[in-house]
Amino acid sequence: MSSVEFQHLNVEYGRRTVVRDFSMVVPAGSWLGLIGPNGAGKSTLLRSVAGLVKYSGDVIVDGSSLSLRSRSRRASLVAYVPQEPILPDEMTGREYVLLGRTPHIGYFGHPTKNDRAMVDDVIGRLGLDGIATRELGVLSGGERQRLVIARALATEAPILLLDEPTSALDIGHQQQAFELVERLRREHGLTVISAMHDLTLAGMYSDRLALLHEGTVVSHGSVEDVLSAETLAEFYGVRVTVHREADGTVVVIPRREQL
Amino acid sequence: MTEQRRAIPTKVVLSVLVLVVVACAGAMTGPAGPDWWRIPLALAERIPGLGEGGLGIASGVTEREWSIIWDIRMPRVVLAGIVGATLSLGGASYQGVFRNPLVDPYLLGAAAGGGLGATIVITTIGSDRLDWPVDPVPLIAFLFALGTVAVTYLVGASFGGMRTSSTLVLAGVAMVSLTTAIQTFILQRNSDVVREVYNWILGRLATASWGDVVLVSPYVVLSTAVLLFHRRHLDVLRVGDEEATALGIPVGRVRLTVVVAATLGTAAVVAVSGLIGFVGLVVPHMVRLMAGSSYRVVIPLAITVGGAFLILADIPGRTLSSPAEVPIGVVTAFIGAPFFIILLRTRQVSR
Repeated sequence: MSSVEFQHLNVEYGRRTVVRDFSMVVPAGSWLGLIGPNGAGKSTLLRSVAGLVKYSGDVIVDGSSLSLRSRSRRASLVAYVPQEPILPDEMTGREYVLLGRTPHIGYFGHPTKNDRAMVDDVIGRLGLDGIATRELGVLSGGERQRLVIARALATEAPILLLDEPTSALDIGHQQQAFELVERLRREHGLTVISAMHDLTLAGMYSDRLALLHEGTVVSHGSVEDVLSAETLAEFYGVRVTVHREADGTVVVIPRREQL
Repeated sequence: MTEQRRAIPTKVVLSVLVLVVVACAGAMTGPAGPDWWRIPLALAERIPGLGEGGLGIASGVTEREWSIIWDIRMPRVVLAGIVGATLSLGGASYQGVFRNPLVDPYLLGAAAGGGLGATIVITTIGSDRLDWPVDPVPLIAFLFALGTVAVTYLVGASFGGMRTSSTLVLAGVAMVSLTTAIQTFILQRNSDVVREVYNWILGRLATASWGDVVLVSPYVVLSTAVLLFHRRHLDVLRVGDEEATALGIPVGRVRLTVVVAATLGTAAVVAVSGLIGFVGLVVPHMVRLMAGSSYRVVIPLAITVGGAFLILADIPGRTLSSPAEVPIGVVTAFIGAPFFIILLRTRQVSR
């Protein structure tokens, strides 16, 4: 279990500030949902934790700065699932999941028996035995998504970053993928930070939400606090009704413009 | 998967056997020399423990016949093996590191640079160089090949950083055009040497000696060792620079190391054998079609299959229109292209 603490994180692309003074504590084992319109800085925030963009400020994991850790140590703490992962057509499912062991293999090393056993175990637990021997090019979107999650799990990283992980999936597979992540979070105590498009799904799975607008956090807190019709109207520029189900689920329904 | 894991060494062992058989076939063909069947025996009897006092293999080959085998045919076979292995290994590595199935070291200017270097030496020094203690053509070709790739790399890296490998490939296309243009210009003003330069460009193994083998060996051994060490990294790079970085791989450093190693080997063999096309591009793909796409398997197999391929291609090269020679580059394309198409087709049917 690992907590993540952002301290005054700033990311600049050239002269443009993409993330501005982001400070937040994500408790160990919790799920933080990042929402906000396109270009708000959600992906950039995740990419900075994964070490893919330069930033100022600090990201603290378990009390010490991520930037002070070695490349592979960092990779073994943080698993990153990009928005559009590249799955080589001719690679088999098992080979792909095995790449998740990379942070644990020395520069001139090779996967050991333990690495392979670990991969077999992940594949078994996620029910992927049927597709592990097949080539990625022939798999469906849902199967590919589950392999990507399996690869992230194979890193044994306590922190999972998901960048709009289900934007290419239909509603059933979206739900399956999120249910899988939720199950793994509870079983392994993973800390999840995910950027999400679908506000209802974001509300269903996140413990807390942060709404970003032009690189700045404009609202954060519990799902009820952040998902209000006024806030969404202001920052997304949409007309929505926010409906609360009896079980506490918050549903965001877009409305048509009234003529 | 268990079967698949076991199949990897089996395929490598098998390909080594094929390489040995092909090498024997290479040593058995050619004018003069002893009966063809005596040649494997002659080679075997000189291996300690197999000949006199050991298993007692006796080939009955005379000293003169042995010198034809050892001093004329074997250097050629060994050099063909080394050149084929290195070109094919370089191609596989480049394809991995640029995630592009159509590249090989020639694309960044290794061939064009080498060609320009050779052209400059042949036109400026001319036949005087035959009196020199060391033939300057391979040396200058080697340096030009390395120099051209270095310029390509610097140009490509300064614009695109290490983030986009396509910038590098485009810089390569520009450098190849530029070097080829300079070469054409020089040739056009020195039309008397066109034939000699052309012969060099087409590639040749006819003049191979043990000296050539010794000359290229240090570079080839170094390049091969480095590339073998990086085959796992090439597999990780298949998911793209971003994800490889997130998995803890130092992408920029790995790419530079692999490019330098593959270029060094390629430049060395281009210097002694001229420009033998097709091998670096197609042999790695043959290997992928036969043994899957994981670089753990592709890299070692590219070495053995590449070596066997070029030794085999060299046989018709020197027998078809004997005593004249068909340029090896022509033969590689003639054998390779149809074989590749057949392989591609059978693979698609079986899928």
